[in-house]
Amino acid sequence: MKKNSLDKEVLLSRFSRLNLRMDGEELTEQETALYDRQIRVWGANAQRRLTKSHILVSGIKGTVAEFCKNIVLAGVGSVTLMDDSLVNEEALNANFLIPPDENAYKGKTVAEICCDSLKDFNPMVLVSVEKGDLSARSTEFFEKFDVVVIGYGSLATKKAVNEKCRKLSKRVAFYTVDCRDSCGEIFVDLQDYKYTKKKLEEKVECELNFPSFQEAVSVPWKPIPRRTAKLYFAMRVIEVFEENEGRKHGECSLLDLPTVLEIKKKLCEANSVSESLIPDSLLERLITGTIEFPPACAIVGGILAQEVIKAVSGKGEPLKNFFYYDAQDGKGVMEDISNSFTS
Amino acid sequence: MDTQQQQQQQSFIQGAKVLMVGAGGIGCELLKTLALSGFQDIHIIDMDTIEVSNLNRQFLFRRSHVGQSKSKVARDAVLRFRPHINIRSYHANVKNPEFDVDFFKQFDVVLNGLDNLDARRHVNRLCLAADVPLVESGTTGFLGQVTVHVKGKTECYECQTKPAPKTYPVCTITSTPTKFVHCIVWAKDLLFAKLFGDKNQDNDLNVRANNAASSSKETEDVFERAEDEDIDQYGRKIYDHVFGYNIEAALSNEETWKNRTRPRPIYSKEVLPESLSQQNGTTQNCSATDDDSTVSAMPLLGLKNPQELWGLTQNSLVFIEALKLFFAKRKKEIGHLTFDKDDQLAVEFVTAAANIRAESFGIPLHSLFEAKGIAGNIVHAVATTNAIVAGLIVIEAIKVLKKDADKYRMTYCLEHPSRKMLLMPVEPFEPNPACYVCSKTPLVLEINTQKSKLRDLVDKIVTAKLGMNLPLIMHGASLLYEVGDDLDDIMVANYNANLEKSLSELPSPVINGSILTVEDLQQELSCKINVKHREEFDEEKEPEGMVLSGWTQSPATNGESASTSNNENEKAVDVTESSSGPEMASKKRRLSETQPENDKKETENVESDDDEIMEIENPVMVSKKKKRVE
Repeated sequence: MKKNSLDKEVLLSRFSRLNLRMDGEELTEQETALYDRQIRVWGANAQRRLTKSHILVSGIKGTVAEFCKNIVLAGVGSVTLMDDSLVNEEALNANFLIPPDENAYKGKTVAEICCDSLKDFNPMVLVSVEKGDLSARSTEFFEKFDVVVIGYGSLATKKAVNEKCRKLSKRVAFYTVDCRDSCGEIFVDLQDYKYTKKKLEEKVECELNFPSFQEAVSVPWKPIPRRTAKLYFAMRVIEVFEENEGRKHGECSLLDLPTVLEIKKKLCEANSVSESLIPDSLLERLITGTIEFPPACAIVGGILAQEVIKAVSGKGEPLKNFFYYDAQDGKGVMEDISNSFTS
Repeated sequence: MDTQQQQQQQSFIQGAKVLMVGAGGIGCELLKTLALSGFQDIHIIDMDTIEVSNLNRQFLFRRSHVGQSKSKVARDAVLRFRPHINIRSYHANVKNPEFDVDFFKQFDVVLNGLDNLDARRHVNRLCLAADVPLVESGTTGFLGQVTVHVKGKTECYECQTKPAPKTYPVCTITSTPTKFVHCIVWAKDLLFAKLFGDKNQDNDLNVRANNAASSSKETEDVFERAEDEDIDQYGRKIYDHVFGYNIEAALSNEETWKNRTRPRPIYSKEVLPESLSQQNGTTQNCSATDDDSTVSAMPLLGLKNPQELWGLTQNSLVFIEALKLFFAKRKKEIGHLTFDKDDQLAVEFVTAAANIRAESFGIPLHSLFEAKGIAGNIVHAVATTNAIVAGLIVIEAIKVLKKDADKYRMTYCLEHPSRKMLLMPVEPFEPNPACYVCSKTPLVLEINTQKSKLRDLVDKIVTAKLGMNLPLIMHGASLLYEVGDDLDDIMVANYNANLEKSLSELPSPVINGSILTVEDLQQELSCKINVKHREEFDEEKEPEGMVLSGWTQSPATNGESASTSNNENEKAVDVTESSSGPEMASKKRRLSETQPENDKKETENVESDDDEIMEIENPVMVSKKKKRVE
């Protein structure tokens, strides 16, 4: 008859939990109560890892506002916001984090206002603002983070930041997101990534190799399968257009269409593909639809948040390496685009 | 879309009057997205109040709002960033008579963000009656879907049968459990109910201390606690009775165990030495008149982590301690309690009881966290899926307003890409010509007309299977039963008398070949039921003693659907359903629905259990042979 009131089983389970608990303390009682429903989805270990993660977000419009809301609710450790643009009428459109009180937002940056709203959603998350130009930051700056998300960034910025992230010995997950009209693009770079996946009744260890941003947007078009989402190509044209003309996201109109079509022509020629690869109507949509469509923001922002949560927790198969949504056909597709197409 | 088309779309949106049903997970995201998209006249119905566990995703709510009305707080929150739109909130049950067909007729589209099948069916019928398009949706974990229902053009929500919530045969629960969920149902609906619930309720738990057949004297109810009976003693008595004596009694029936693993009886003295209860006598030291509804057994036993797996001893300690705490601190509630997943002590007790029973039957034990999920029918939920689904709902709503029928889509949000797609749009199907809700097909009911009472018909068929709220049952010109506020006492007495009669004994006898008309005036639904007398029903396969069938399944589904609604298909789980709650407790021999547990025990591996129990209501695997909307 055991005198000790503890079962052997209980002792064993406590010890094994100690071994698994590489990431620090247990979740607090408050956290467990608050996160109950999502812990039932991804487990307590994943939740613990989320609580310790640091996310950098640059470029805040509708879709990124949705993304921020989602990860704050999920209970990440911290969110650092970078967006020095001043709040104006347009910013109010799809961004529900900005209350429409001119007295409140006058003179403040988008990041500052969003910061206050986000803190409200989950007081346990550290939300802060970082001022300045993202592309001017040193490589060391990015080491503080586990995830970097660039919203509506220029081609140059996206390339530069991605390179810096890849230089670090610590793996920093890198994402870009861009929404125009009622479509959106997400890019994912997790470098060499190991994760667990459930296959039948077993837990399987998997590994994926992600191409860098530079590689992913420079893939020759000819070998890319025909059924690939047209948005991939269209976005590359837009990227070149904005870079050539020195424009930011949304600084374009129908008047720019001829220029854009010219760039399309050049790119198609350079890649030895027919111009019919990219419908003109799609390009027109992307340059005239400067205002984001709120439902598309919710959708793309949701998918992006899910990806970040997966990457931080190390559980679940990540999206590799592009995601496209288009409200017109209602499809949300994953495209795997890398140099592996060329044999 | 060019500027002109855009402007046109905006004017459709701005002029629309929209009804949202549900202000929870999907509701919050939906209200926000509707407001941002330019909708200016939104009505929202929700009967719930805010709880802490909502805050991980229902982002319009704050901790300070806990206890307040969801629809009202959601409205206030959205008005803060869109002050000039009109939002009308109703803190009410959508099934209330005030939400009649005329109410629904005022809207251009209805958007559902509900969490139970019952309400969904009700809204479906009202939308059909009012001829208002309905956009339905549901999410669980990473899975989600949005469907469009337009009368005459597409399937209605009920054209494809939705799997009913899981119920279990009585004998499985009382005698031969094989899964942990069986133990939970036993602990919750039998033991907990017997100890703390309504004493007048029928209960299948064996309470007799002696073998009734052999004893001629009065057998006492073991569960009756004598005035001064020591709580600890009482607890052990109960423990020994349900885990020891009852098991031994069951074992004495050799037939039952021929092809089954025998359970082992467990007695308190072998698990909990006497000395232990003295050490844990903290409860005894407290005043018996203390009233504390937040009292909990775990801290008193040094248990902190709800995800920890307790062994037999630990579970037994919790069992006794929880029971003691109920009697010591919550005495007034005893006799009136129903299980509530947010009642910590109740959850502790049910977990412990279920685990001890599981141990007895060789079934793997579960943590409190897991047990709570099963007992409370907790739907796991995250903000992202709700946000995505909300976006999809608004997109469909806009198409509906523009009457862009060719563009209507059912959209499925998948966890793993299918043909590269994470968001998969599918064209809606045409209405099912054999749907009894939107196409008026007669049904067939096989029942023993001599043994089954009208009450059985009302409870099991009219309310449960047909989903009628305020039914009326007629046999020819004779009104057998109805529900309503305006009935006089004589009529009510008549109906009550009818309920207790067997069908063949009714004033207008219902026998083989009789045709019943069952109606719900609020839902504007009328069904004809052809009655067929049948003597015998299989207790295991047809535990309800009646079979409703007759409507042909829509040709699309691959024959696996529950075409006979009594089909206790093991896999038929509607996971977008959450518990219907205490109403089940009053039905004799009707054990409540619970969510089958995930096969894995570790919560780490939660993500792919979705593959097993996720059943989206309109599975993507629906055959393409079904006719699509032209």
